[in-house]
Amino acid sequence: MAEVLVVVEHSAGAPKKVTLELLTLARNLGEPAAVVFGDPGTAESLSAKLGEYGAAKIYAAEHADLTGYLVAPKATVLAALVGQVSPAAVLLPSTQEGKEIAGRLAVKLDNGLLTDVVDLAADGTATQAVFAGSTIVKSQVTRGLPLVTLRPNSVTPAPAPATPEVTAVEIALTDKDKLTTVVDRVVEQKGSRPELTEASVVVSGGRGMGSADNFKVVEELADLLGGAVGASRAATDSGFYPHQFQVGQTGKTVSPQLYVAVGISGAIQHRAGMQTSKTIVAVNKDPEAPIFELADFGVVGDLFKVVPQAAEEIRKRK
Amino acid sequence: MNIVVLVKQVPDSGSERGLSADDKTVDRGSANNVINEMDEYAIEEALKIQEAHGGEVTVLTVGPQQAAESIRKALSMGPDKAMHVVDDALHGSCALATSKVLAAAIGRLSPDLVISGAESTDGRVQVIPHMIAERLGIAALTGARKLVVDGATLTVERQTDEGYEVVTAATPAVVSVWDTINEPRYPSFKGIMAAKKKPVETLSLADLGIAADEVGLSGASSAVVEAGKRPPRQGGTKVTDEGDGGVKLVEFLASEKFV
Ligand SMILES: Cc1cc2nc3c(=O)[nH]c(=O)nc-3n(C[C@H](O)[C@H](O)[C@H](O)COP(=O)(O)OP(=O)(O)OC[C@H]3O[C@@H](n4cnc5c(N)ncnc54)[C@H](O)[C@@H]3O)c2cc1C
Ligand SMILES: Nc1ncnc2c1ncn2[C@@H]1O[C@H](COP(=O)(O)O)[C@@H](O)[C@H]1O
Repeated sequence: MAEVLVVVEHSAGAPKKVTLELLTLARNLGEPAAVVFGDPGTAESLSAKLGEYGAAKIYAAEHADLTGYLVAPKATVLAALVGQVSPAAVLLPSTQEGKEIAGRLAVKLDNGLLTDVVDLAADGTATQAVFAGSTIVKSQVTRGLPLVTLRPNSVTPAPAPATPEVTAVEIALTDKDKLTTVVDRVVEQKGSRPELTEASVVVSGGRGMGSADNFKVVEELADLLGGAVGASRAATDSGFYPHQFQVGQTGKTVSPQLYVAVGISGAIQHRAGMQTSKTIVAVNKDPEAPIFELADFGVVGDLFKVVPQAAEEIRKRK
Repeated sequence: MNIVVLVKQVPDSGSERGLSADDKTVDRGSANNVINEMDEYAIEEALKIQEAHGGEVTVLTVGPQQAAESIRKALSMGPDKAMHVVDDALHGSCALATSKVLAAAIGRLSPDLVISGAESTDGRVQVIPHMIAERLGIAALTGARKLVVDGATLTVERQTDEGYEVVTAATPAVVSVWDTINEPRYPSFKGIMAAKKKPVETLSLADLGIAADEVGLSGASSAVVEAGKRPPRQGGTKVTDEGDGGVKLVEFLASEKFV
């Protein structure tokens, strides 16, 4: 069976959830082979978890150059690997870095590229949700192999235990791969909340929150539900919440089991980032707010009364 | 420092968008077409660098005839001139082909710095800047929320999920920017008048030495095989808070097993 290369995204010694989704999806197309980029020892530390989700092989690309320069070295290593193993497909996460690696790889191989894919069939046909999720398209790569980036939270990871064999990958870089140096990586806040794009529950606040301080109301509900906190652009632009938590057209696309919109009107650009959520709940004092058109359950009322009461009720039930 | 700013015309993200029924490409005919929002931040950043360091700012667009409107609009913010690659054969180009055309055009302008938006609102692929850098063999510093120019050295702060990265490279380079980097200026009346007289060079594919079958639908490296509207979401239950809205909300969450 042909190998399917899966580029592993990992943080703090564990593969991210999207990696497990990719391994699950890869099994439709062939035998998953995980590609790990990192400092020496990284692949070994991830191998148990990668094996649990079906990685039959792990290619360890371990060298300081791979993390010391932006993206380009990873694409070079991947291109060489594609040449060696002739995989059935190459799958990456649809994150900023995943797309950037994929873009460079597409140029190197003169190979088509499909981004933000939410499903992938055995014949390589990809499903994408475009234009704020309003249009569903099926596409195929028509030149080269399926080179696909998967949007996080699109597939339910399913274990399929395997015992991966770890193979070191030869790393041959040129000066062109080392043009952009990473001089610093700053971890700003890594709280206990799940990551926004991977969370199964997201509670977002909008302009209706009124201030940064008031976001506590949203954070409290998110924590009781084990969820992540998001924000509308009006809220991030007003400085109520940090920009990286923005959901929508120009922010993150989320697709959780439950999305709670608090004090958010539901502008088309906000919907763009959340309308594929399974269940949507909204709290807004304006009965005409467009967010109610997509909410499975909506409460018309003052968020400062409704949300704290909901939090209290959840606490009671626990 | 000579700068090329990449400006793409896209259908307004606030309006209804779709694919045309016949060839499943982005429907630009019926849409309200505007400058891709992130590209306005790219223009602003280029103008700020020009104000501090001198040099020339050139707008570069690959797109249909009607994109000329967006080019004028871009010029009214302050850039000196523009290059518009327009050719019927470009219709339906994939990202790979678009990057080839952009790279060829940039090659003719040989700037010190290329600034683009981080992503376009229609495709949202976020790949063009790295594709161009790969083709030209120059550095890419993408997703900037801050850019510092010090002689030939560029330093960028880019947002990550955990925080941010600081990356650095020497010119020539491609930098892509997010909307957190600055506040784009509004064109002044004087700017609008001046834009009418600014030179816009129009190039065809032949001018760039690119064959028609390398781009467009025929040269595309991927294809849409099926497209349909997602059934609109149906609104569900809506209750008005009468002192128990929070409790009702939790009852709903419990019925869906979230609590
Ligand atoms: C190119 C482009 C890209 C964009 N990208 C994004 C994006 O990525 N994400 C995004 O979110 N937006 C984006 N926008 C902006 C978008 O158009 C809206 O302006 C934005 O989503 C509005 O945010 P909001 O709903 O929080 O604010 P508003 O629209 O001002 O809504 C606030 C809501 O809060 C309610 N409210 C106020 N007080 C209370 C209270 N006490 N209790 C209950 N309800 C209350 C009000 O009734 C109102 O409905 C983009 C716009 C453009 C042009
Ligand atoms: N046809 C085009 N003409 C000019 N610039 C473009 C074009 N396509 C993409 N770009 C630039 O590349 C950026 C990223 O686009 P994308 O990779 O399509 O998301 C955009 O913000 C533009 O600055």
